[in-house]
Amino acid sequence: MAAKRKPRYSIFSLARNSMSHHQGWEKAWRSPDPKPEYDVVIVGAGGHGLATAYYLAKNHGITNIAVVEKGWLGGGNTGRNTTIIRSNYLQDSSAALFELSRSLFETLSQELNYNIMFSPRGVLMLAQTEHEKRAWQRTHHATRLNNIYTEWADTKRVKEICPIINTDPGARFPVLGGLWQPRGGTARHDAVAWGYARAADDLGVDVIQNCEVLGIDREGGKVTGVQTTRGAIKCGKLGIVVAGNTTRLTDMAGFRMPLESVPLQALVSEPIKPCLDIVVMANTVHGYMSQSDKGELVIGGGTDGYNAYTQRGSFQHVEETVTALVETFPIISRLRMLRQWGGIVDITGDRSPIISKTPVDGVFVNCGWGTGGFKATCGSGHCFAATIAKGEPDAVAAPFSLDRFSEGRMIDESVAAAVAH
Amino acid sequence: MLLIDCPCCGVSGEETEFAAGGEAHIVRAGPGSSDADFASYLFDRKNPRGVHFERWRHAFGCGKWFHMVRSTQTLEVFGVYKADVTSPPQDILDRVEAARAEGRVK
Ligand SMILES: Cc1cc2nc3c(=O)[nH]c(=O)nc-3n(C[C@H](O)[C@H](O)[C@H](O)COP(=O)(O)OP(=O)(O)OC[C@H]3O[C@@H](n4cnc5c(N)ncnc54)[C@H](O)[C@@H]3O)c2cc1C
Ligand SMILES: [Zn+2]
Repeated sequence: MAAKRKPRYSIFSLARNSMSHHQGWEKAWRSPDPKPEYDVVIVGAGGHGLATAYYLAKNHGITNIAVVEKGWLGGGNTGRNTTIIRSNYLQDSSAALFELSRSLFETLSQELNYNIMFSPRGVLMLAQTEHEKRAWQRTHHATRLNNIYTEWADTKRVKEICPIINTDPGARFPVLGGLWQPRGGTARHDAVAWGYARAADDLGVDVIQNCEVLGIDREGGKVTGVQTTRGAIKCGKLGIVVAGNTTRLTDMAGFRMPLESVPLQALVSEPIKPCLDIVVMANTVHGYMSQSDKGELVIGGGTDGYNAYTQRGSFQHVEETVTALVETFPIISRLRMLRQWGGIVDITGDRSPIISKTPVDGVFVNCGWGTGGFKATCGSGHCFAATIAKGEPDAVAAPFSLDRFSEGRMIDESVAAAVAH
Repeated sequence: MLLIDCPCCGVSGEETEFAAGGEAHIVRAGPGSSDADFASYLFDRKNPRGVHFERWRHAFGCGKWFHMVRSTQTLEVFGVYKADVTSPPQDILDRVEAARAEGRVK
């Protein structure tokens, strides 16, 4: 049964609801009980899972879908990331996927009728060694060949774009320039999950929270359903979109994955007056930073060196990150840090994602986004939906299939987060 | 912060003194194995949420490789043992079983 179409959010609905002290807003999505059977079950209501459900319904007319989530929607890496969006990747296959995603972000608020606060404020990736300078210049040429607009910024231009960067030539790692993508930026992470959830719900998708998948049922090499904390659910097709928990799900389905799960952490400072209106990434010293609308500096750290599912991360990485950033931005040296948290990211052998069919008929995986998949939310959902609907990967997804590991078709983007993790 | 006892030199140090080396006891496929088996040897990992048998190196100490057993859920370390063995010693496996019986680890 399709949901009743929701009233649209607009300036008029805002005015109307203000008359009744905002008591009359409808729920953004239903909280349905699971039905006994769906055409497609998606495991994981992060941005990628919700986007997949939305595009399945919108682009492929498949609406008998459940998205099952063990916690609350958007509570995984989607709600824990530092929201950097860019598409200046070296390899053609990554450029196609990440630029598809970045361009979908441009109009996502209108598409979903939900303000996801896409802010194309520009992303600057600093070059702080001669080697890094050559690498970013090579990437710059590659992106231009792929019709993605980037600029090479020399040190003077870096200082113009971002006055608080220390460009002292005597620094331990002097700024030699930077790769500048003016249409990169940030978006509100929760809003991306909420917007997709609301729009998918509107198209009839059941988003079922507090529903953990505990087992995957198969018959004759084909998926038949899932066992969950809210009972058994039958399905024709199953999409696994659970980031750091992927191998737990694929263990249930009986096949192995080229993945390891590690904690990645981030932190924010106390709020201060506007001082940074772009995103800066510094690979050599290993840190990246932007300023939120609330004024907090949002800082991304490094991954832990070993597998863990602890959702917190090691303390020394916070120290390393902050040390690096103080060198790059001396004005932050007296700031206090407000909060720190971690997410569990799934890292593949070649540091590129996997969008693929699997050895089990009807089971599809979307994973391996590691430290850099928020920016890909729209594109990932878009081509994973096509892959599930058609049973074969579409042109954008094809290079990211699982068999690239046995065929030796690695996608060498080991700087997937622009800082090497 | 993990506290690790190096089984090679006996020094006890914080994790920053050591470097993690990934899953242990992986057996090389081939020669003559299929592409799929070789890819699996190179890339597929158990990645458990629970007990993990792994390799470590005392990078800022004696420099030697060794093995460690750790919970990826709680970061509890169950023990360390020498590098030149293909399976863990029984006393560490007993400790893991005891932790499982107490529900401390999966
Ligand atoms: C600290 C940090 C900073 C980051 N910074 C950036 C950045 O700046 N830019 C960028 O592009 N990317 C960044 N990333 C990466 C990005 O967050 C992820 O790649 C992306 O959000 C993954 O989205 P997802 O929907 O696949 O996963 P998630 O949002 O993690 O969703 C997976 C969901 O599956 C659920 N689940 C798991 N197991 C089960 C089960 N058994 N049954 C039911 N549900 C289950 C989980 O509860 C979770 O909600 C960062 C990540 C972290 C941790
Ligand atoms: Zn030692």
